Amino acid sequence: MSKRPKPEPVQIVKQRRDAALTALVEAVPYIRFLGIQFERRGDELTGILPFRQDLVGNPLLPALHGGVTAAFLEVTAVMTLNWSYLWEDLESGKLNLEGTVPQDLPRLPKTVGFTVDYLRTGLPRDAYARARITRAGRRYASVQVEGWQDNHARLYAQATGHFLMPPQRG
Amino acid sequence: MPDMTELAQQFMTTLPHSVLLGMQAERMGDGEAVISMPYKDELVGDPHTGVIHGGAVSSLMDTCCGAAVMCHPDNKGGTATIDLRIDYMRPAAPGQTITAHATCYHFSRSVAFVRAVAMDEDSEHPVATATGAFTVEAKR
Repeated sequence: MSKRPKPEPVQIVKQRRDAALTALVEAVPYIRFLGIQFERRGDELTGILPFRQDLVGNPLLPALHGGVTAAFLEVTAVMTLNWSYLWEDLESGKLNLEGTVPQDLPRLPKTVGFTVDYLRTGLPRDAYARARITRAGRRYASVQVEGWQDNHARLYAQATGHFLMPPQRG
Repeated sequence: MPDMTELAQQFMTTLPHSVLLGMQAERMGDGEAVISMPYKDELVGDPHTGVIHGGAVSSLMDTCCGAAVMCHPDNKGGTATIDLRIDYMRPAAPGQTITAHATCYHFSRSVAFVRAVAMDEDSEHPVATATGAFTVEAKR
């Protein structure tokens, strides 16, 4: 009879997850440039885009730039996809990204196509986004993303994207 | 057709995010716009290769498509994006300027339809293409 391994202490598990998330976010200059942050609850990620004046597209309204919204949703989609792709190895401890330099991080999924629907004007407020992987294949993956501001039931944008997954890690 | 290039450059300086990304209007008029975005380290999306993030290309495409709508002869006011689809053909070469060219090919009473293509210094092979629908302000 094989004995079930003793579960790791919660602090160790959380530290490994958070260190991995920090390493993945910090490695991408464009994510820092836009000031996007990620909050993690278990394996669920929420993208946060704190409002800044230089994210405005139309200064008369003022409204968030449509490109910022597209970028925010795409960043959230890629991060969520990459997170789920690495999750198993992070959980098993096979992969530890703490302190890993950007060049040594696992390769990122590549965007094939991304479609954004703009449902409401992006207000000069913080924005939030969550992505759902609708298909995770070995080569291709599809993701849906929702973006909202003050009220989650009133999305300001939604998007669908198709991605090319990196080659299997050895 | 009056030369609207100077006006276009002026217009670009009023868009905070486009200024942040360093976009420059090359040409604008008659429902067509050409906007360039020089390479910047801050825009990198893939730390392995130094390739610009797709999101920055999306911003360039959205700005360029919006500009094409703004300068369409039938347009009387502002515009906003209804939807925008971007297909990425290949990574843009690191270090090179990306230039988008958008054409507003149909302008109805309420919706303007636009397509765009983005190139780096290799003008034979597109980096990305986009199609979008934009709002048209009601005539007063």
